[in-house]
This record gives sequence, structure tokens and C-alpha cells, in this order.
Amino acid sequence: MNKNPLSLQLDLNPDDFLPASNEEKESLVIMRDSVSFWKDGMRRLKKNKVAMTSIVVIILVMFFSFIVPMFYPYSYEQQIKGANNLAPFTYSASEQELIDAGEKVFPHICGTDKLGRDYAIRVMMGSRISLIVGLIATAIILVIGATIGSIAAFAGGWVDIIIMRIVDVIYTIPDVLLIVLLSFALDKPLENLANAPGFGWVKTVGDNMISIFVVFALLYWVGMARMIRSQILILKESEYVTAARALGAKSSRIIKKHLLTNCLGTLIVTTTLQIPSSIFTESFLSFLGLGVAVPLPSLGSLASDAINGLSTYPYLLMIPAVTISLIILSFNLLGDGLRDAFDPKLKN
Amino acid sequence: MGKYLAKRIFMAIVTIWVVATITFFLMNMVPGGPFLSEKAISPAAQAALEAKYGLDKPLSEQYLTYITDAAHGDFGDSLKQRGRTVNDIITSKFAVSAKVGGMAVLVSLVIGVTLGIIAAYRRGKFVDSLISVVSTMGIAVPSFVVCTLLLYFFGVKLKILPTLGLTSSKHYIMPVAALSFYPTSYIMRLMRSSMLDVLGQDYMRTAKAKGLSEKISLFKHALRNAILPVVTYLGPMIAYTLTGSFVVEKIFTIPGLGGEFIGAITARDYTLIMGTTIFLATFMIIMNLIVDILYKVIDPRINLK
Repeated sequence: MNKNPLSLQLDLNPDDFLPASNEEKESLVIMRDSVSFWKDGMRRLKKNKVAMTSIVVIILVMFFSFIVPMFYPYSYEQQIKGANNLAPFTYSASEQELIDAGEKVFPHICGTDKLGRDYAIRVMMGSRISLIVGLIATAIILVIGATIGSIAAFAGGWVDIIIMRIVDVIYTIPDVLLIVLLSFALDKPLENLANAPGFGWVKTVGDNMISIFVVFALLYWVGMARMIRSQILILKESEYVTAARALGAKSSRIIKKHLLTNCLGTLIVTTTLQIPSSIFTESFLSFLGLGVAVPLPSLGSLASDAINGLSTYPYLLMIPAVTISLIILSFNLLGDGLRDAFDPKLKN
Repeated sequence: MGKYLAKRIFMAIVTIWVVATITFFLMNMVPGGPFLSEKAISPAAQAALEAKYGLDKPLSEQYLTYITDAAHGDFGDSLKQRGRTVNDIITSKFAVSAKVGGMAVLVSLVIGVTLGIIAAYRRGKFVDSLISVVSTMGIAVPSFVVCTLLLYFFGVKLKILPTLGLTSSKHYIMPVAALSFYPTSYIMRLMRSSMLDVLGQDYMRTAKAKGLSEKISLFKHALRNAILPVVTYLGPMIAYTLTGSFVVEKIFTIPGLGGEFIGAITARDYTLIMGTTIFLATFMIIMNLIVDILYKVIDPRINLK
């Protein structure tokens, strides 16, 4: 049958009525792939050059403080005879003899201190201590702060009031007072603990160090708790939680699906920014002589030791000072980057 | 407002009382005492000293006496610095710390706010990047590093500034610079970001549209709204700075409250520890209260409750 040239009727054949193939279906979908919280955040983070540089710096510092000391020819407590107060890349008389005899002597890259200990390894060990303190203290703060903060927000009422009053009190107690008193108070019990089997490490770490951790656990959770509490209080009142509740979602589902995921960004950011501030506090305490026990170095105690010889050996101060500033700076910048990536609302 | 103030003051008194109580019992729980470290002292003399200061009485009785006296403003005599009252020591030491700290607060406020505004106003320009870099570095450098670097370059290397003590006006330059370093950087960052926030608001566009000059809109509208976060930070910042930084006082050998406090703790000067703790806590609380009221003055929309 010939078609009328003016007809608008389409030319159809039976193939046109076959079910669409998957490819054809996909080509019609105009929505992009759903991006998970992590993917989205990581994508934004990867674009942030400053944050990526900080990650590289942090990894480098970790490499130097955890891996390199294992292969380093000197140890942090080893006192090399006749090698006191050497300038960088100089050798003691006996080492010079060895070199003249054709043997190889590993150079003192950062010189030595007044007891003849290689300074490079001491700075590396110091960074290790500072990093460990920063990380452990932050973990303690995270667990305690997040738990107490969420309890306050969820329970509400008088539980909330009491917790917030405790937070107020802790804010007003001078922290140095508690740290010094605790290091006195914990002296005896810790000594007993150190003699108990399996707790020998307590001696190496030192009473002061343990009391620093106890103080972190007792005092510094308040900031984190406040943060989490306010976050959950806002989320609890948000429309989508009300909607989920109206649709009959159980509390456990609301906590898991809505509250936790939305808090995660804040948690990550606050935790990352807590690390440098813990390192800050530790270095400050070590500087005052309340930190790690000798001969274990920390960046703060290294700087503190170097002050007396400041006019003659300025590099003994510069090296730990620059290292600690670099560590804190890169954690700060990484925290800022994470905030932009995972929690844009927080940007003030 | 009156009701609010009354409530806040009542809460403050309760908080200070709790802080005092915790400190009192914690301090006494710790082994050792104020007269144990003096080797030349005989047991009889020690007992006499303890009796004189009432340290031989049961702890609960000591506590009651102390709290009653403290409530009347009498913090007792120092156990170590014989013949001086705690009030006397705190007043004289605080005067020193507050002088250095007050200058540091002023310096950091003026420089921080000004540079923060400039950075926000010239957003993306070279000045902005420079200020951002400086302020980011500034909050990453611990105070003891700042102090020692200043000491090394200006005191030891260039020899243009005196290093120890507080005898002339030149002596103040380094401690004030060291003390204001961190707050300046922090205020700069805070001011820049809140200023950027405000500059993007609708009312700023309205101000421009109705023909206000740039100067007036910047200082009358933007500044007043943008300064609130800085005010929040100011409360604890002033309290910390005025009461003396232990590190700065130690490095520059300034006879201030911070060093005195550490000394009192290590020497177990019970009355001085208590007095200083109560003083610091009260100061902190008063500062926060002032900040909250200032909030209301700056932004009348804020409701105090």
C-alpha cells in the first residue's frame, strides 16, 4: 500500500516493539551515579593541593620518625665519646682518624648535643614521641568526648544540664595545676604498676607522660563533647529526621543512617584539628619539664634543652623548633582541607 | 536583663565553689606537703608550723575554715613566703602579668582586626594571600618557639633588645610580641572569614545600592556584624593573656602570675595554690560574662536567656 505523501503516520516495523536492551536503558538515564559520602569528600580533597601537600609532608615526617630510626647507625641515647657539641657534618677526633684510615663514618647530619648524642636521631625520636602523644591523646579525646557529647544530646533534660555544668567547671580549672598535681599523685601508683609483670613500659614512658594522658582523658574532652552535642542537637530537630520518624523509622536506623553519617564530617575534622593541638600541649609541657622522662626526647624538651646554649649552638634549637612547627602546620592545613571536603557547612 | 545577670552570677559562684572544692581535696590527696621538702627543719618545728597554719586539723575542718575565710575575701597567708598574704602576692604579680598581657591584647586586637579586614576586602589579591600565609603559619608555631627565636635574633644575634626582666620600656617589646603572636594570627583568620561572610550578605548590597560610601558601609555595617566571632574569642583570650603565660614568663624571666602559680604548685604552697586557682577561675568566668553582655550591645538581635 502506497503511503500518502502528506500522511504523518510513522513507518514502523515489528523490531521497534522489542523490549529495550540494557544499554539503551542506560543511555536514557540522565541522573549521574549516586556518589557516596566518602567518594564525594575524597574527590574534593584530592583537588585541594594544599591538603594533599600536607598529607605528603605528614607521611614523610612519619617515615622519618618511625621507619628511618630502625636503620639509623646511631641510637638516641648512645653517647659518642669525644663527640660533644659537634656542628653539623663535622666529626670527632677519633671518627676523623677512622675516616683518614679509609673507613666510612656516618655523618652527624644535625651535629651532636652536649652529651655527644647524635642530634638527627634525637629529633627523629622526638618527632615520634610527639606524634604518638598527639595521636593517642586525640584517640582518647575522641572516644570520651564523642560518647559524653552524644549522651548529653540524646538524653537531654537534667542529664544534659549536669554534663554541661561539669564541662563549665572543667573549662575554668587551670590545666597546668591538674597536670602537675596528677604527676605527683600518680607517682607512687605508677611505680608499683611498673614493677608488676607486663607493665615495664610504664618506666620507659615516664610518669609524667602517663599523667599527661590521664589529664587529656579528664580535661580535654570537653571541646569535642560540646561540638558533638551541638551537632546532634541541630540534627535531631532537622526536617529529614522528623520525616524519617514520621515514616516509622526506628531510632537505631535514624541514629545509624542520619545522625551518624551527618556527624561524621564534623568528627573527622575536629579529630584532625585536635591532633596538632595535642602535640602543641605536649610540647609545651615538655618544655616546662613536665613531659617525657629522660633520656627519651620530645620536640619540646629538645627545644627546652637547647635554650641554655642558644648563643653558641642555635641550630640545636632551630631544628626541633622548625620540625614541630612543620608538623603542626601540616596537620592544621590537612584539617582545613578535610573541613572543606567533608563538612562545608562548618566553614566559618 | 537583671534576672539574667542574677542567674549568671549565681551560676558563677557555684562553679567557683566547685572548682575550689575539687582543687582543695585534690591538692591534699597528693602525697607530700609544704614543709616536707625543707631538710633543715626538725619534726617538732614542722609540727609547730603545721599547727600554726592549721594543717594538723582534720581535712574537713580545714576545708570549712578555708571556704568560710575565702568567702570573706581572706585567702590566708602564704605557707612558703613567710609574712606575705596570698592576696598581696596575687595583686602584685597580677599587676606585672596584666601590664604585659594588656599590651599584648591591644596589639593583637588592633593588628589582627585591621589585617583581617584588609585581607577580606582585597580577597584573592596578593595582600590577601600574604596575610593568609602569615596567619596560618602564626597559629602553627608554639609560643616557646616564638619566644626563643625572638630571643635569639633580637637579643643574641642583633643585640638590639634587652633579653631579661622588665626594667625599661624596651624590655616589653619582646614579651609582648611573643605573647600576641598567636592571638594576632588567630584573630586575623577569624576576622577575614567572618568579614567575607558579611560582605556577601544582602544588606551590604542594599547599602551600596542606596549610595552609601564604601567607607561607611564597611565600618558601619560590615565591621559591626563581622566582629562578633572575634568578641567570642576575646573572653578566654584576655583571661589567658592577662593572667600570664608560663612559657613567656619563664623565658623572659618576668616575675608574673604564671610563673608564681607553677612555683606554688611545685612548692606545695597550699594557700597560694588555692588563691591563684580561685583568682584564675573567677577571672575567666567574669571575662566570659562580659563577652556575653558585649554580644548583646553589639548585636541587639541576640536574646540573652
